[in-house]
Amino acid sequence: MSSHAITVTINGRVYRATVPARMTLVDFLRDELRLTGTHVGCEHGVCGACSIMFEGRPIRSCLMFAAQADGASITTVEGLAPEPGGLSVLQDSFWETHALQCGYCTPGMLIAAHALLMRIPNPTDEEIREAISGNLCRCTGYKQIVDAVKLAAERLSGKNQNG
Amino acid sequence: MKAAEFDYARAADLDDVFRLLDGAQGEAKIIAGGQTLVPLLVMRLARPTLVVDINGIAELSGIAADETGVTFGAATRQIDALEAAGVARHAPLLKKALALVGHPQTRNRGTIGGSLANADPAAEIGLIARTLDAEIEARSSAGGRQIAADAFFTGAMSTVLSAEECLTKVRFPVWPGRVGTGFEEMSNRRSDFALVAVACQVAIDKAGVCTRIALGVGGAEPVPVRASDAEKRLIGTRLESADINAALNTLAETLDPLSDVHASADYRRRVAVHLAARTIASARDEARA
Ligand code: FES
Ligand code: FES
Repeated sequence: MSSHAITVTINGRVYRATVPARMTLVDFLRDELRLTGTHVGCEHGVCGACSIMFEGRPIRSCLMFAAQADGASITTVEGLAPEPGGLSVLQDSFWETHALQCGYCTPGMLIAAHALLMRIPNPTDEEIREAISGNLCRCTGYKQIVDAVKLAAERLSGKNQNG
Repeated sequence: MKAAEFDYARAADLDDVFRLLDGAQGEAKIIAGGQTLVPLLVMRLARPTLVVDINGIAELSGIAADETGVTFGAATRQIDALEAAGVARHAPLLKKALALVGHPQTRNRGTIGGSLANADPAAEIGLIARTLDAEIEARSSAGGRQIAADAFFTGAMSTVLSAEECLTKVRFPVWPGRVGTGFEEMSNRRSDFALVAVACQVAIDKAGVCTRIALGVGGAEPVPVRASDAEKRLIGTRLESADINAALNTLAETLDPLSDVHASADYRRRVAVHLAARTIASARDEARA
């Protein structure tokens, strides 16, 4: 099996590594770089837990090989917070509205919602549901997640002064 | 689930692709978006010795749209097709279908040609290709060929492409005149695989009479099919409910759906007829508007 030298920028930091061809990008992030914020569930593109921002767009990192990410720029859930230990407005809104229980889906939900808010600052419920349609949550029933994204949108656009 | 071992090569251009495919004794697989291939690899349903990455090849992506047709480079991302103004304008049926392909995260990687080449029976893009009689271009070291959509799919997950060929382009012809489109699918969860999907495009004259119609059904049989008998019965009518219902009796008789853990053949047949009635009516209304 071939192995490949790659250089990837993740959350603003440059990483160099040599990876075997069959290593998925999510396994590279978690097992090699120990960036375990990105979760892995189904490993075949069904659950969305492994969502990351790849070249500015949300994708599933279990459906790519690490070798394919050479030269790419990636943001993982660790890159959403303003500083270590802090929370972004979106993350804080998840906390505020009880948008997580076990937390398994949360990194993927945050990435999907973050990508949505970058594109559409004030999304409708319908747009929020569409944006998270590829992310399974077994706990919340989704309602609180939709509420969290709405709250974050309000706070970010300055409409909610309690934010 | 981890893929079996394979070699990976990023092709610089099409000649590089052909050289790599020719050297692999039929054991190579092309990866574009990977949204169908990677699951097959990690479940070990596919075990190629070589995976050839065509993502870096500029000539394989891009959209050209005009009054006669919309042409996509095979590795054009589904999201780019969905958002292209030329697609909305000249291939509205394809746009309706693209909105239901997978999820935002898979559309950002998944490609037009990859969906066709992998030929999942439930895939929306293949259904639109069959419905609109798209022309598919494939190339290899031996040259190129054009394949009509009705000759392209040979079964579930299989096509006429050989292991040495690369799908390079697909062209969706544009119909002249007053055209309307409709697309509907039924799935267990939003954006999940379609149990049945139906696509319809109609053209009507000034009097509202149907001069041309294409009605395609996906997810029901191993490959997307056309409801040719129903199409023939609808041409020359005003596409009123009674015309539609009469024509769809033939679809119920001729459709031969799959039965699996998700839905029985009988259920799929009934859903197909219902969705067909809806898509024809919405295509008609759109053409009249
Ligand atoms: S782990 Fe990637 S989609 Fe489930
Ligand atoms: S919080 Fe448990 S899966 Fe979503």
